[in-house]
Amino acid sequence: MADTRSVIGTQNKKGQTFTDTWKMMNEAPRTPSFFTGSEVIKEALRRASCDVMIAYPITPQSEAAALIGELFAEGYIGDYFRGESEFAVMSQCAGAAFGGARVFTTTAGPGTMRAMENFPMWSGARLPIQMIVTCRGINSPLSIQPDTLEIAYLLNTGMLVWHAETAQDFFDWILKGYMVSEEPDVHLPLALCCDGFFVTHTKDVVNLTPADMCLPPYDPYRSPVPCMDMECPPVRMMRDPFVMKSNYISYATHASWQQEIWAAVERSRKHSIHWLDGLIDTENTDADIMIVASGTAVSQGREAIRLLEEEGVRCGLVKVKTLRPWPEEEIREATKNAKHIFVPEFNVTGWLAKEIKATIPNHERVHAGPHVCGGMTMPPEIIVNEIKTTLGLHKSFVMAGRGS
Amino acid sequence: MSKEKIKISEDLFDIMPSDYQDLVKSSTYGKEDRGWKDIGTSKELIEQHSLCAGCPESMAFRYILASLPNPEDTVMVGSTGCTSLVFPMVAVHNIHSLFGNQNAIASGLKRALSVRFPDRTKDVVVLAGDGATVDIGLDMTLQAWFRQEKFTTICFDNELYANTGGQESGLMQKGFVAKMAPVGKLFEKVRLPEIARESGCHYVVNCTVSKPSLVEKVIRNAVHIAREIGPTYLQLYTPCILEIGKNSMEGLQEMRDSEKPTERFAYKEYVSEPAKQLLAELAAKDKERKAAAKQLAGQATA
Repeated sequence: MADTRSVIGTQNKKGQTFTDTWKMMNEAPRTPSFFTGSEVIKEALRRASCDVMIAYPITPQSEAAALIGELFAEGYIGDYFRGESEFAVMSQCAGAAFGGARVFTTTAGPGTMRAMENFPMWSGARLPIQMIVTCRGINSPLSIQPDTLEIAYLLNTGMLVWHAETAQDFFDWILKGYMVSEEPDVHLPLALCCDGFFVTHTKDVVNLTPADMCLPPYDPYRSPVPCMDMECPPVRMMRDPFVMKSNYISYATHASWQQEIWAAVERSRKHSIHWLDGLIDTENTDADIMIVASGTAVSQGREAIRLLEEEGVRCGLVKVKTLRPWPEEEIREATKNAKHIFVPEFNVTGWLAKEIKATIPNHERVHAGPHVCGGMTMPPEIIVNEIKTTLGLHKSFVMAGRGS
Repeated sequence: MSKEKIKISEDLFDIMPSDYQDLVKSSTYGKEDRGWKDIGTSKELIEQHSLCAGCPESMAFRYILASLPNPEDTVMVGSTGCTSLVFPMVAVHNIHSLFGNQNAIASGLKRALSVRFPDRTKDVVVLAGDGATVDIGLDMTLQAWFRQEKFTTICFDNELYANTGGQESGLMQKGFVAKMAPVGKLFEKVRLPEIARESGCHYVVNCTVSKPSLVEKVIRNAVHIAREIGPTYLQLYTPCILEIGKNSMEGLQEMRDSEKPTERFAYKEYVSEPAKQLLAELAAKDKERKAAAKQLAGQATA
């Protein structure tokens, strides 16, 4: 939603050229670079024309948050500081966004949970903050290992929720995410999730856009609610105080506003399709067996498909890119031919499988699993084993020495 | 923002609500000498409100809004409580987010405004009750001061959780029997003004709101010092007459009784050395400006 009329082609104080985002992402030359996921977050932020970033240490996002501090020291970010807790950081992000800034933060695991009260507030206040969630275990006993259970809690906050598979997804989606979340008919926060460590701490070849190009700046006056900077007349957003419980109008106001937030999530669909080239990616949708996954479980599913093909078993894949908006129609269409749908997940509860079961007809086709949790890796053989065992293709084999 | 931005087409003016008409005709935006004496004759940025009859907090709200030195570029941050009953009626941008996070919100807000308007003055004022400031939000209150965030924090101290029906708060007096303190509060009133001073506030005042001229002075000082130097803190006694068993007419007397020299709201002020210097400079400029205005008026008369 950034202003593409007045600033495109001009330079910022660092000498970067404000570039039309579509051209930057789709037409500008890319340079292959060998980076960790955390370094990729930094490189995306270098190009994001971000006004304020607020940080707090928690594994595994600390490195990314610290690297963005280096960007601030170099002059790429308007302001940067360490808050006192995740609850405070998310509140500080809210204040900055209320004041019309493009805001970025990162969090993980228990920190995400500590900050949770803020997220529906962000949505309700229509603050297009972007938050990277580098998922890790949230439960007791303490774990710092990857686990996507926290995503389940984010799904009903009214935020947009995307789940990146790779560092390349991360780089592209951070920049594209602002384009979707800042649209006037959306204007919602975005939780861009990845599986901590698997993405943040491993190195991968990522194709980067030129460092001398950056996003057009955020224009806060295209927000559907007033920017809190006293540059426009103050409005009385609530003629009657909202806690006057006898006032039916106040109830109706709140009820309709909640519905509006979810309508805005739905309105993000067309923009997400435009920027992400669809809400899902698919392979072999005519196969009887489908794997539907998000995050790095997609990569494991892809490898499982290769292993199955070696044994003559044909299997398809659905990569779910956006969890909110939920690609209901796309998943129904992609799985219409499947007799068996497997949903490998890095969490114990199987929240993705539940979403899919609620989406498609004949949901008994959905096999919720395999699940790994508590930070365990998911070797593709576990997926292969789950499929073959469920379908009676062979006896299960022992995974000695694997899976930890 | 200037007063020009709130003007609409003259053709529509007469069908606008009277409070809008009053705001445009009688706004004190841009007036250097605006203050509590404008109340009743000019617009002090607040229309009707829904606080209890005789609530001292309503007096405080009017005095504060009348005293802001730069309301056309001031954003206020509130918190859950009786203040959030009034903020919808206040004609400056104001943010209500959650409970206790007001100083964190203000930190982000002030920094965003500084990034976006590096050459303009944008004041941020936090206004919250004692539960939000001293209990649930104490961490974020203190950390904003440690970081030397440049905004003013005002605590409406009514010594209990009023909005939820009179439960014990950290600023309640020791021994006071309240809901959730069935045998009386067991520890002393938290000494936040002292903590504020030690935490880096450059201007700290503890008083009641019984005297509008005093409220005007401390508000102007606090906002000016926060703008130029660093955090400032005002703790204003705004008793909840409902929860301490007073009648509507007794709020003012309750404050007067509590501000006697030996009482807990006797006027106390702390000003840091840099803040003293700033106030002296501002006073000198004010004197100069008034003298020039007087001279100009004299020339016009002659």
